[in-house]
Amino acid sequence: MNEATLVLYAIYIFMLAVFVGFEVISKVPVQLHTPLMSGTNAIHGIVMLGGMLVLAEASTPLLTWLGFAAVVLGAMNLFGGFVVTDRMLEMFKTKKPAGGKS
Amino acid sequence: MNPKLLSDIAYLTSAVLFIIGLKFLSHPRRARNGNTLAATGMAFAIVASFIFIWGGHVLHPGTNNGLLIIIGIVVGAVVGTVGARAVAMTEMPQMVALLNGCGGGAAALISTVEFANFMGAKAAGQPVDSLGFGATMFGGVVGSIAFWGSLVAFGKLSGVAEKAITSPVQKVLTVVVFLALIVSIGMSAVAHDSMPFYALLAVALVFSILMVLPIGGADMPVVISLLNSFTGLAVAATGFSLQQPALIISGTLVGASGMLLTLLMCKAMNRSIANVLFAGVGGGPVATAGGGGGAGVKKSHREITADDLAMLLSNVESVIVIPGYGMAVAQAQHVTRELGDLLAAKGVDVKFAVHPVAGRMPGHMNVLLAEANVPYEQLYDLEQINSEFERTDVALVIGANDVVNPAARYDKASPIYGMPILDADKARNIIVVKRSLNPGFAGIDNEIYYNPKTYMYFGDAKNAIGKLVEAVKAQ
Repeated sequence: MNEATLVLYAIYIFMLAVFVGFEVISKVPVQLHTPLMSGTNAIHGIVMLGGMLVLAEASTPLLTWLGFAAVVLGAMNLFGGFVVTDRMLEMFKTKKPAGGKS
Repeated sequence: MNPKLLSDIAYLTSAVLFIIGLKFLSHPRRARNGNTLAATGMAFAIVASFIFIWGGHVLHPGTNNGLLIIIGIVVGAVVGTVGARAVAMTEMPQMVALLNGCGGGAAALISTVEFANFMGAKAAGQPVDSLGFGATMFGGVVGSIAFWGSLVAFGKLSGVAEKAITSPVQKVLTVVVFLALIVSIGMSAVAHDSMPFYALLAVALVFSILMVLPIGGADMPVVISLLNSFTGLAVAATGFSLQQPALIISGTLVGASGMLLTLLMCKAMNRSIANVLFAGVGGGPVATAGGGGGAGVKKSHREITADDLAMLLSNVESVIVIPGYGMAVAQAQHVTRELGDLLAAKGVDVKFAVHPVAGRMPGHMNVLLAEANVPYEQLYDLEQINSEFERTDVALVIGANDVVNPAARYDKASPIYGMPILDADKARNIIVVKRSLNPGFAGIDNEIYYNPKTYMYFGDAKNAIGKLVEAVKAQ
């Protein structure tokens, strides 16, 4: 496969992901806005993988430290994001049993 | 199986899990599973990149880069997890802003490294892939904006420069800087040179500060959501420059859904995105105009003591509690729930009215009340409860302000004009629990304090409601 085809594939992926991104959350109730924002925030923590890649390939000390910083920031985004989202949604879960008892 | 194929299959699995996870996240009952699915997808993606990096011998030979990767992940994971566990529920919005800033910063750093690689390739006489180069610049600029913008948003939500800051000079400056941004993008795209790129990062810093600083604290959720979407796009751009479909898919998913979510949030507040970003709601001059109806006229209010209020509340049939951020910030949700339980035990019909934007983010108040174990059946949203206020004896407003401000209905000069409000002023009695008569978070005065049906009960929400609980028990 030549370079131009690969670029086109990347653009296909991008375009389809735009539509899926819009479609998948089109009907979200207001009380889920905050957790959903937090959940999507966690998903872009995948940037950590990009940091891993540039760090793996780094050949100078400067690039190594930049890559290392990217991995640390990305990991904070990724792990912190999922934990925060889970803490928010945990509240929604405990709500129902509590309501049932009273 | 060769490592490349194995990692590609794991990436594919993760993409599917992200999409299903997002779908579940937008349904109340399945939301938590959605988050778990997305996290599982992330685990697949991480394993995939380990296979890709170690299996494909991407590691630069003769370095400790592999070890550094693992140390970096562990450090970031520990800091992120501990921070996310420790943060109070009321400070969730700041936390999300901070984590989003981390993601944006990571994308900007990756773009910087990639840019240096491009420069190296160019110096070695290799051809420069223009899509990759453009994506690198985009990732650098948008990632920087998300990083600095999130930090400003974090600062504003933590109480530094909370109010909207606007001036004509600042508006002109924003436009100038925006143009400078466009020009420098063009210049570095043409020049393929390093100086314009670093200049670009500096301009992006100035631009993000100018963009976020003027926006009032009450509008911060919309801004954080927008910056979240920016980070998604920046991550997608790094996916283009690193040729990693997994980053393109996830980044774009977040970019698109984040943009839609931003628009939905604006819709919940009955505002347009342009109005949120440029109107500077809550600025000094605007606020005066908003409360202008009664300015200059001596307004009088009535106060009530804890004992009298306890007497009143114990002897009515129905109470609607309207909690606001003031209650949350005073950590009064638990005593408020106790008050609700006590009154319910006395046969009072207690309901909680939750405005869509109560708290600091849409849905924030539901989370806070759930944390305090307020029964789900007692929570009502705006559409369900507004018709009931007329038949209700007492509307108990605790630390809320703008969401019950009648000016939103008729005062076109008010910055919150058109926002749907809870009709607390239609109840037979109105009790407002508040620290003082100072205007609320958005900096707008509220005529409901001076309504002849209103009693003000001054005090920090936690102490005030605590005293009230004691007084009700003594009844």
